[in-house]
Amino acid sequence: MDDIAGKPRRSLITRRGLLVAGGIGGGTALVVGVAAANLTNIISIGAEKPDLSAFGPFVRITPDGWVTVVNKHQEMGQGAHVALAAMVAEELDADWDKVRVEAAPANTAVYKNLSMGMQATGGSTATANAWDQFRRAGAAARAMMVAAAAGTWQVAASEIKVKNGVVSHPGSGRTAPFAQLLDAAAKIAPPQSPQLKSPDQFTLIGTDRVRRKDSLAKSTGQERYTQDVLLPDMLTAMVAHPPQFGARVESFDGAAARLVAGVVDVFEIPSGIAVVASHTYAAKKGRDALKVTWNTDKAEKRSTGELLAWYREIATGKGKLKPETIHKSGKPDKAFSGEVFETSFDLPYLAHAAMEPMNCVAQVDGTRVKLTFASQIQTVDQVNTAIAVGTLPGMVEIETLSAGGSFGRRGSLTSDYTVECVHIAKKIGGNRPVKLVWTREDDMSAGCYRPLSHYQVSVKTDADGYPQAWRHIGVAQALMPVGKNTAAVEGLGKVPYVAMATDVDIQVYSPRFPVPVSFWRSVGATQTIMVTEHVIDQLARRAGRDPADYRREIYRRMGDSRRLAVLDLACQKAGWGKPLEAGWARGLAVGESFGTVVAQVAEVRLVDGRPVVRRVVGAVDCGLAVAPDQIAAQMEGGTAFGLSAALYSQILLRDGQVSNTNFDSYPILRINEMPIVETHILPSTNKPSGMGEPGTPVIAPAVANAILALTGRATRSLPFIDAEVVS
Amino acid sequence: MSFTLTVNGVVHTVEADADTPLLWVLRDSLHLTGTKFGCGVGQCGACTVHIDGQPLRSCTLAVADAGDRKITTIEAVSGPEARAILAAWVAGDVPQCGYCQSGQIMSAVALLQEIPRPSDNDIDLAMNGNICRCGTYMRIRAAIKAASQEVRAGRA
Ligand code: FES
Ligand code: FES
Repeated sequence: MDDIAGKPRRSLITRRGLLVAGGIGGGTALVVGVAAANLTNIISIGAEKPDLSAFGPFVRITPDGWVTVVNKHQEMGQGAHVALAAMVAEELDADWDKVRVEAAPANTAVYKNLSMGMQATGGSTATANAWDQFRRAGAAARAMMVAAAAGTWQVAASEIKVKNGVVSHPGSGRTAPFAQLLDAAAKIAPPQSPQLKSPDQFTLIGTDRVRRKDSLAKSTGQERYTQDVLLPDMLTAMVAHPPQFGARVESFDGAAARLVAGVVDVFEIPSGIAVVASHTYAAKKGRDALKVTWNTDKAEKRSTGELLAWYREIATGKGKLKPETIHKSGKPDKAFSGEVFETSFDLPYLAHAAMEPMNCVAQVDGTRVKLTFASQIQTVDQVNTAIAVGTLPGMVEIETLSAGGSFGRRGSLTSDYTVECVHIAKKIGGNRPVKLVWTREDDMSAGCYRPLSHYQVSVKTDADGYPQAWRHIGVAQALMPVGKNTAAVEGLGKVPYVAMATDVDIQVYSPRFPVPVSFWRSVGATQTIMVTEHVIDQLARRAGRDPADYRREIYRRMGDSRRLAVLDLACQKAGWGKPLEAGWARGLAVGESFGTVVAQVAEVRLVDGRPVVRRVVGAVDCGLAVAPDQIAAQMEGGTAFGLSAALYSQILLRDGQVSNTNFDSYPILRINEMPIVETHILPSTNKPSGMGEPGTPVIAPAVANAILALTGRATRSLPFIDAEVVS
Repeated sequence: MSFTLTVNGVVHTVEADADTPLLWVLRDSLHLTGTKFGCGVGQCGACTVHIDGQPLRSCTLAVADAGDRKITTIEAVSGPEARAILAAWVAGDVPQCGYCQSGQIMSAVALLQEIPRPSDNDIDLAMNGNICRCGTYMRIRAAIKAASQEVRAGRA
């Protein structure tokens, strides 16, 4: 049944041996309970042992001559598979046309994200954290091949060459493809610190040959997403969720639902009422037939306008909520006398609206669980699943599939939809697969939004018009359950406009109420970059300076050579300062997020008061460019994502109910609105930084700045279209 | 109820309620999962199939209304336009997450079959029912133009 992807399917719950702790490949297993056992090891107790090849957990070379890169990072469109495969292939000198990529099983000890300590894809870290690790994996495998050939041919290893998956000894004319040397190579111990190439030796990385491996499968309907999983005996479930956040089931009548042909069971789970059926449409009809009474005593019943009014009041400091000081320097209390620039921003709740609505397939058999889905933070999904089932995280096996988009949605720290599916599969039991399907409406009204936020900014400038004192008050729900709410003002203290001020005061108020918030592509950078980049254009105007020159001066003073370089490159390629046709204006913005710096110049005009963007010229410094074409793709896609949000997106609550639940009321940018996005990559040999997110946050302020240039009007809320609805 | 459908040249008899969207019959009954579910209300185009050669949203067409018309899905779309579109999609690395791309391709193939040399405006009109949340629109446009050239040059 499950042969659609043409891949052999693993048996339902497989245990290829238990991995007790972090060690892999022979004799290093720690004894559980010893003092050295750390959190990672505990999480991994019972975890599926990776398919260990002689070449370690990241590389497999098979007799058919193919090299399989086992990727610990999830592919959700951002190109993580191709970038990491290229690192291995480069150092291995593999034949790039015979390299494929496979998702790693869930195993925190082996496959953790080195910058997070858990198995997770996010924060645009895939390329950066794997840079040394995956190149080393390739280099170690290459060294083993070389040693195997040297031993077999009785020649010096130093005389051996490797190219396109073929090992050769020019002196004797002997050659062998990898496949021929497999047995001999498997007997060689992997070197611990193999020699890595220097960037000038790269023949694959940084070239246009680094192209996606999945384009064919994704262009023929063959790519297997969670939505496409078909397993023997599988049931499909939908869940009736409360109409407001914080509401719960009071009572329900499932009699009519049970009468729907194909409905198998109806029961309550913590998040609502589950309807389980033999196929999707039966589950939907069953759910439509449910009668549920909701208890809304503790529900959030306010509308977006009320929340924003409350936020504005909170920001004045007159309410009960106390702020956290995120950064303070100089004497801000005395710094704001005389003429002060002041503005405020209201930024909406945003839904991720990934093209594939959230979904999951779970099988529960006692204390053993198998999940087949596009897991983005496997470690967290394992822990949350284990809590729901009453088992160990390592007993939760995950087969990670490609995601039909995520933009952070599948990285929810509550594993909301995953746990929901697990509860249903637990009730069904017996290892029977249950696929949870969310409709678009379920997906859009389930929360995990980019937080609604309000900002008040005061800037006192010096005689030349440059920031001397900067006060930044933010109000937004926190993304993390503990710690300071730094995301609300992400990176603000290091933004040169703020860092140059002598007196700085950054405070955040973090109201708590039941609307769930989460990471949305580029996270806090969407707010910080919007606010600071639009403020800076207004300050430039006040000072009578060209916005690019004004920024340059600040970057020079602050020694920010990276911002300076992308600004100059973007301005030069965009023809900054050259006249445009009547009615058009350019807007500029610069932003750093996740270690990557982006500058964009947008050409904008207003039609019936609505911005139309025709061209966006961008420059990006993401360190060494591993996959240049994918960097361009992420700039194109990130810009579309950011522009879509800036033009249209806002999740609106009416009496606590989400009122826009599908694409008719939450419009997404369409092809006729897509600007031409040009990407210029700054040459660099620095360690690569991420690209999945930094393309998103710069376009909104670039458009706002173009509107400012066209009309003299400042933007104080987003989205640009229908902004009045929230204010 | 039982319905007889011609899908990808094969006659199938399926059991389904009359109001079942064709999308779910294709996916759940016939296991043709290349056609995607994105919105269920005709807004996103992820579910686009050809019905007698016309691109239609299978999420808003009840199985009872499909009648004896010829249904073609991404798994079997064929001919020079389809070959050229597929080649151009892969050459241009159009997909990101890929989830919308079956629908994009079905719309693009129908466009080229109807208008061999589409203008930008033709592309906008034919393709703006297909959302790509990953924002691959520039590459979609370029791939359609590249495919159009290949078909017209008789190379597809
Ligand atoms: S699923 Fe049919 S148009 Fe969106
Ligand atoms: S490629 Fe992801 S939605 Fe189009």
